[in-house]
Amino acid sequence: MKCQQCEKPATFHITELTGAEPQEIHLCEGCAQKYLMQTPGTGMPGKASLAGMLAQQLKVADTAKELEKLDEKCCPICGISFYEFRNQGRLGCPHDYVFFASELEPLIVNIHGDLVHKGKHPLTHKRSTESQTKLIQLRREMNEAIRLEQYERASELRDTIRNLEESEDQPGDEHSV
Amino acid sequence: MNVDLNELTGRAGEWMKGAGPQSDIVISSRIRLARNIAEFPFIRRCTAADRAAIDKAVRDRLAEVPQLTDLAYLRVDELSDVDRHFLAERQLISRELVEAEGARSVAIDQNERLSLMINEEDHLRIQVMKSGFDLVAAWDQINEVDDLLETKLTYAFHEKLGYLTACPTNVGTGMRVSVMLHLPALVITQQIEKVFRSLQKINLAVRGLYGEGSQAMGDFYQISNQITLGRSEIELRNQVHDVVPMIIDYERRARDFLLKQNQQDLHDKISRAYGILRTAQTISSEETMHLLSSVRMGVNLGLIDDLVIADINKLFVDTQPAHLQKLRGGPLDTAGRNSERALYLRRYLSQKEKDGADQN
Ligand SMILES: [Zn+2]
Ligand SMILES: [Zn+2]
Repeated sequence: MKCQQCEKPATFHITELTGAEPQEIHLCEGCAQKYLMQTPGTGMPGKASLAGMLAQQLKVADTAKELEKLDEKCCPICGISFYEFRNQGRLGCPHDYVFFASELEPLIVNIHGDLVHKGKHPLTHKRSTESQTKLIQLRREMNEAIRLEQYERASELRDTIRNLEESEDQPGDEHSV
Repeated sequence: MNVDLNELTGRAGEWMKGAGPQSDIVISSRIRLARNIAEFPFIRRCTAADRAAIDKAVRDRLAEVPQLTDLAYLRVDELSDVDRHFLAERQLISRELVEAEGARSVAIDQNERLSLMINEEDHLRIQVMKSGFDLVAAWDQINEVDDLLETKLTYAFHEKLGYLTACPTNVGTGMRVSVMLHLPALVITQQIEKVFRSLQKINLAVRGLYGEGSQAMGDFYQISNQITLGRSEIELRNQVHDVVPMIIDYERRARDFLLKQNQQDLHDKISRAYGILRTAQTISSEETMHLLSSVRMGVNLGLIDDLVIADINKLFVDTQPAHLQKLRGGPLDTAGRNSERALYLRRYLSQKEKDGADQN
């Protein structure tokens, strides 16, 4: 029997017990160890199930044409398309949770049964989601300016970033990354 | 602080110690937190320069936390392949970090309880590992480390969704609580399926590891929380924490039952396993795991007295491919590893037998 992930012979036979039915997974040693280190519900066969969950959810809600349009939707901050996310099961930046909110929320409810965080909150650095996004964008523009050797523009952007960081941090703390 | 990986080879990491509460059945308790730095894209959309900047930023900030100054830093991308796998076999880094690309690091504390992975699936993965059943201590430690880091780093956090992670399966607390259990008697008495079914009902993930032909391999099972959002960290921890004693109790009862009903068969199975490990000339890692599992139960039940649990845990780790190559001091192919593994087992076990005889 061949490994489900690569061409090597499958020597590990894992029974995944997280779903409704036990699922047999056949992997080579390398792929098996990788699989076992991963979070339940993600990674390899699990990742496929995340994609499957999404596909199912979308099929119900959208026509093929709408889905095609949705797949082309790209985050303005990191550039990831919805298609890429659907395929890889990984998001591109924190802003994706805002930008793709209407597509992601049903998925998150499906996984967690909830949409509201009840755990701990950062104590020191309370920064709004919008300013986090703004900072990623500014940093990206700054790197681009450096790449194009527009050093004046880059240093302007650096000042803007610094000001934004300082305005939101608690007084006396200059250590935000 | 620098770390000498060759020195680690001779040492037993935290989870190998076979110490801590209920360590006859619970191998280890582990908690992991996933965190991302607010101002960078998630790893998949990072440029090589972004990755290097994240790696540097996290390391620089960590160095400013006095409580974390004795951590050893390793640039994982600068290590040899064997060394990377060696760290993974000790469970200090994940397979994902072994195989990732670009700048990435791990910070490890002296006793191998705490490890911080930089640029894994998320920018930062904090992991605390304890031997035996000790989730309360694991949570206290990881929460403290997280609070300390949070004074230096701005995490990606959403008012409603909590800590933002690259995969939506981790969003919210970013917390995964896992307990590794050794359940050979539940496997022999065929009660294991029943236990799994009841765990699934309460949203816990169970993973079993099987060998060729669906034969239980090592009889190890990992139980962890599936959801990370909508419950507090303490609630998530307690969900796993509360169920483990019940499983321990089932396993103990199954062991008692086997001893009463079938001591001779059980003793035979365990002695044969021990015999093969002591005499084999070549042995695969799969067979080794399977046999060590029987011997481990034999030690717990007092049917083998040359060994203690820490020996068995050490053998599980040392007989893995990268450990064997580190111990041998050179590369080995599969056939070479199989005979090196057998040699290692014969030497180790005959030494223990001799030590035992000397004491008597
Ligand atoms: Zn494979
Ligand atoms: Zn994005």
